[in-house]
Amino acid sequence: MSHSKHVVSTAITAETIAESHLVAPEAVALYALGLGDDALILAQRLGEWIAHAPELEEDVALGNIGLDQLGHARSFLTYAGTAWNKSEDDLAYFRTESEFRNRHIFEQPNGDFAVTIARQFFVSLYFDRLYRALKESTDPTLAAIAAKATKEVDYHLDHSVQWLLRLGLGTTVSHEKMQRAVDAIWPFVGELFSPEAALRDLDDGVGVRPELLRESFEEDARRRILDAGLKVPTAPFARGGGRDGIHTEVFGHLLAEMQVLARAHPGATW
Amino acid sequence: MTSPGDSGARETWPLWEVFIRSSRGLSHVHAGSLHAPDETMAVRNARDLYTRRSEGVSIWVVPASAITTSDPDAKGEFFESPQGKEYRHATYYTKSDGVPHL
Repeated sequence: MSHSKHVVSTAITAETIAESHLVAPEAVALYALGLGDDALILAQRLGEWIAHAPELEEDVALGNIGLDQLGHARSFLTYAGTAWNKSEDDLAYFRTESEFRNRHIFEQPNGDFAVTIARQFFVSLYFDRLYRALKESTDPTLAAIAAKATKEVDYHLDHSVQWLLRLGLGTTVSHEKMQRAVDAIWPFVGELFSPEAALRDLDDGVGVRPELLRESFEEDARRRILDAGLKVPTAPFARGGGRDGIHTEVFGHLLAEMQVLARAHPGATW
Repeated sequence: MTSPGDSGARETWPLWEVFIRSSRGLSHVHAGSLHAPDETMAVRNARDLYTRRSEGVSIWVVPASAITTSDPDAKGEFFESPQGKEYRHATYYTKSDGVPHL
């Protein structure tokens, strides 16, 4: 650690960011908002599995992954909010659909267990590449959030790869379902690597250009799909637009459920 | 008596017993049990269920069916025999005069 460029705390939390009186520059805040929304919406989807997973143990596993994602979301949104004097709750509960910046893969419905695993596999691999690079950010807060997230995402990736292998190489039925799931999520993978508009106004080294992660991601994704005895999909990628506030039909329902309590009882705590 | 790993007729994941070592130098202690399809997933499930609050640095999982247990109904002959045999404890004996450091 003593040789690293800057010492980053591995224990950064939304609370420490809120208490630090940092103010994120506008473009950094927009970048953090996008990353925070990705993690928040994924956490909401994973939370839908609670009490519905195939086994109690998977209930806990998916819940843990969702809570890790929520932790990342809280840090990114708290940091983003410093630019506009807004709290993480203001941003999570009191924005409308078109104000959310998450990419479409994160809002895709859970489907069956295989679909959730396929989605988690692709996004965990993407997060792995993203946060490894973002750890080196010249913005110390982004670097610290990424440093903490990297270890957690390693585990998420391992969890989904274990299931990808077991379902892909399992029975005829599990193989078919896993292939169908990988095919269903694949069109949303492309958007992960579309350019971040917020980075146009920032110096190199603050954020991570997703375009640069694509090659390493695709190589690894292909290898792991083939290892699981599955075919790499060839379908074209969907259009995307999440970072511009354009969302798929399913997003409105997700948002309504996520926000209803906070809107019915503003400021409520429990 | 049913064996610990027996889940009856329902097709389900086997049961695993989980042992956690809380820090270096201590021994693994039984933490609980869980279901998992195989040993690799059992270790991962154990991590999720039993080390959420930094409880451990090492995990062992053992198929519950591989554990042979004492018979709970044989409590008498197994565990009550030492009663009245206080001479098996060091404290039963009086210290001899002139023996230091005891």
